[in-house]
Amino acid sequence: MALPDDIVLSQTDPRPMYQQIMGRVKQLVALGDWAPGQQMPSIRQLAVALQVSVITVKRAYLELEREGVIVTRQGKGSMVVEQPGASLRPHREELREHLVAAARLAAKLGMSPDELAEQLVEIHNDTAEDSR
Amino acid sequence: MTTQALRLVGLEKAYPDFKLDGINLELPEGSVMGLIGPNGAGKSTTMRILVGLVQQDGGQAFVLGRSMPSDQVAVKRDVGFASEDMRLYAQASIRWHMDFVRSIHPDWDENHAQALLQRFDLQPHHKVKGLSHGQRVKATLLLALAHRPKLLILDEPTVGLDPVARHEVLGELMDVLSDTDRSILFSSQNTQDVEQISDIITFIDRGRLIESQDKESYLDSWRRLRLEVPTSASLPELAGVVYGRGKGTLRVATTNRFEPAMTQAFQSAGITVQSVEPMTLEEIFLATVHLSRGVPG
Repeated sequence: MALPDDIVLSQTDPRPMYQQIMGRVKQLVALGDWAPGQQMPSIRQLAVALQVSVITVKRAYLELEREGVIVTRQGKGSMVVEQPGASLRPHREELREHLVAAARLAAKLGMSPDELAEQLVEIHNDTAEDSR
Repeated sequence: MTTQALRLVGLEKAYPDFKLDGINLELPEGSVMGLIGPNGAGKSTTMRILVGLVQQDGGQAFVLGRSMPSDQVAVKRDVGFASEDMRLYAQASIRWHMDFVRSIHPDWDENHAQALLQRFDLQPHHKVKGLSHGQRVKATLLLALAHRPKLLILDEPTVGLDPVARHEVLGELMDVLSDTDRSILFSSQNTQDVEQISDIITFIDRGRLIESQDKESYLDSWRRLRLEVPTSASLPELAGVVYGRGKGTLRVATTNRFEPAMTQAFQSAGITVQSVEPMTLEEIFLATVHLSRGVPG
């Protein structure tokens, strides 16, 4: 059972609350804590548990559905999609956005593509060590 | 059509130095409306009309489908009301107050009342005079909740509460909403509370309704843009965009009609958009009041 307790919101997170909920659900699904086909908490359940408005959770669920992370069936509530590969697509898009922003900044700083790539590899190795 | 827990049509009430000026408002069943506005905006007057403590001069108020004040006996059975300035009897105990309210409310649910005592950590034999502010607020809320009202009207329910009590109170309000047909109207100076639990946000200023909208699209329509304006470029006139004062290269624009195309409009005017930031309800509240009063932000 996917538990509302798996989601914790932060007041210092600058993102709107619905995006925080989306981000957390995507992580839970990507890591497999919320398995494919698993029943999601109902919108009202999650709203009560997080003490946020129903409309906020509803919006998060709608956008998660649009991104193909969850499916909602009339009368049955929402569940995590069966094919987990599909839910990684938003991550790819997000990564691309970050890379575009990085490339722009690098150009502003007069950095060559090689220099940028070098830094990226360095950072990648550092974080790989951290998560080990 | 969804059932409306509340429907106000051209509601008016005049006092010597204040006028509630034709308020139109709808609250669908099962949702939470947060009422915000500066002190003296007309929030309390509106709520008092809804619970029959004040009678309007003009316009109509329908509460749970019934007309106020003509159907007020029936309305009061299904409405729970608590206000910040409500006084309990200092010499009497919480239990005494519970018995009193129970004697006039046929729908009083003693099991629910007991559960609320526990959740709010209140001792029924304690006299009101010995209670802290937070305990008094919770006792008042208990008295408003124990008959399981269909509509809860709360004037400043969280004012002066410590973080723990505030969390308990908000949690209890959200619990009310586990039932899909129960609704809440509450006012608060604390925009964070309103932002957190409301489905609909309603602004009132100087007796007038400024805005009443679903929270998500409302917050979404507001953005602050940080702009880098080269001396060769000039700021374009865009609908719904207000520029902050300042003359330098770095400027700030605020808008209540944001759409992604806006960024392109700036870029084609030769202006770099450094960032597009969402705004908190508090920031939007200030901007709205300034805008409606014609004061530049």
